[in-house]
Amino acid sequence: MSGEKPASGSPRDTVAPGGRPLPQISAEMAPFFEAARRQQLVVQRCRGCGVLRFPARDRCSACLAREADWAPVSGRGTVFSFAVMHQIYHPGFASEVPYAVVLVALEEGPRMVSNVVGCPPGEIRVGMPLEVVFETVTPEVTLPKFRVAGG
Amino acid sequence: MPRHPLCGAAAIAGLGITAQGKVYGQSALDFAVEAVSLALADAGLERSDLDGLLLNAGLAWQDFGMGSFQLQQAMGLRNLRLSSNMSLGGATAGAMIQHAIEAVASGRAHAVACVFSDATLKPPRPSGERTSSGSAYGFSRGWEAAYGFFGVIAMYALVAQRHMHRFGTTQDHLGAVAVAQRKWANLNPQAQLHDQPLTLAEYHASRWVVEPFHLYDCCLVSNGGLAVVVTTAERARDLRRPPVYVRGMAQGHLGGDPLETLSSGAVLCAGPAFRMAGLTLADVDVVQLYDCYTFTVIVCLEDYGFCAKGEGGPYAAEHLTGPGGLLALNTGGGQLSSFYMWGMTPVSEAVIQLRGDGGQRQVAKHDVALVSGNGGVLSTHSTLLLAREAGA
Repeated sequence: MSGEKPASGSPRDTVAPGGRPLPQISAEMAPFFEAARRQQLVVQRCRGCGVLRFPARDRCSACLAREADWAPVSGRGTVFSFAVMHQIYHPGFASEVPYAVVLVALEEGPRMVSNVVGCPPGEIRVGMPLEVVFETVTPEVTLPKFRVAGG
Repeated sequence: MPRHPLCGAAAIAGLGITAQGKVYGQSALDFAVEAVSLALADAGLERSDLDGLLLNAGLAWQDFGMGSFQLQQAMGLRNLRLSSNMSLGGATAGAMIQHAIEAVASGRAHAVACVFSDATLKPPRPSGERTSSGSAYGFSRGWEAAYGFFGVIAMYALVAQRHMHRFGTTQDHLGAVAVAQRKWANLNPQAQLHDQPLTLAEYHASRWVVEPFHLYDCCLVSNGGLAVVVTTAERARDLRRPPVYVRGMAQGHLGGDPLETLSSGAVLCAGPAFRMAGLTLADVDVVQLYDCYTFTVIVCLEDYGFCAKGEGGPYAAEHLTGPGGLLALNTGGGQLSSFYMWGMTPVSEAVIQLRGDGGQRQVAKHDVALVSGNGGVLSTHSTLLLAREAGA
């Protein structure tokens, strides 16, 4: 990781240039971020029953199978819900507040926490159509984010 | 229908509430010892009378394995027959009391203390640097941190926003809950915000934490301890204070995704708890609903059947849940305005009201109380129906 330690905040955080935390990537979630580096949005697919899920889990709660693959999805979805963060929970977001965190309902079903780029938090609405974009944060880390579709 | 064997079989015989809020210099264990001691004194019992101890360890207990044993040793309690740490978030208080009831009704134990304590607040730093009292609750830090998604408040905010979208719940509805509870707190000298009135305009003007939650949509954070002593109905009648009988109880844990259900486990609890008690919603005089957020109160009003699903917002706003209103709801000010002892806050206020100890905030008719506990993000739920009479 090319990140540096933040001046404050959790000692576990590594941060991107600009101070925002880089994702702490578990072994289960690693394929999601590997795909994002290739500009591809993927979700987990249970090898037992085929259900699509996100975020990654090590067991399917429907059929209890442990095996899973990652499947590409369209990158299209809608705002299922959102929250506008005003409190600063991490110093890397001090200059960002207020910003919106959205829960994206992907066309294929799973829901994903993300951000909408290019849209002020006050303009975000539930149901708004979205499409994925890829934000390169460091040479190693790319974050799938979303923009208003057709916007 | 035959009477449920546990309906009215046990009672809350003692209540102990330590100083609450910005109380420094005591550990969570200290607060627990004090709360249990106060509850025993209230009941007129000695430590040697206690043979059961259930603990809901707040966040400050984090490194204490076997907390109920730690507490037993700290208090010099001998020969316990029931001991456990319980962990269902805000539903724990009700669940502890339920286990205590089953233990005393079966004769496995005779007097069980159920206690919550916490000490997450730290004294203000001399430099005046702000310490976030909520930081202990900001524990969402995996990959989602890269998107700026932190904390339980944000998780609840997503559910609340979805409820607003689906049912038309408004900011005014949330505000009505906050304002009504503050009015109750203004009548409660033990409430942390006793001296601070709140208007709807002031609610709207208060800072956002995570939109749609203003500061006053969110519960307080409190240092302190709170305990009750549960014993059999028969024994309770011989003790110092009037018994508060447990007539009905239930737990309900929905599983799945609260963003789908927009419901609490109260939808599972209400029927069984009222059937066990032989009571209906119309019999309830005082209502103590777990209020980590204003929104939680609105959801639980729906889920207990005070109104239809989705109508909790208008119901709260129109039913004037403050003093003198149509529904005596969270009559001590709740966790939004009084103090935050997880599920013990609503339990304690129900006991105070049923005993008639409410002082300025005492509700005139106070025979039956409904108490809810809610943990996680609408994840766990417990219900108690408490009454002044054991029931026929």
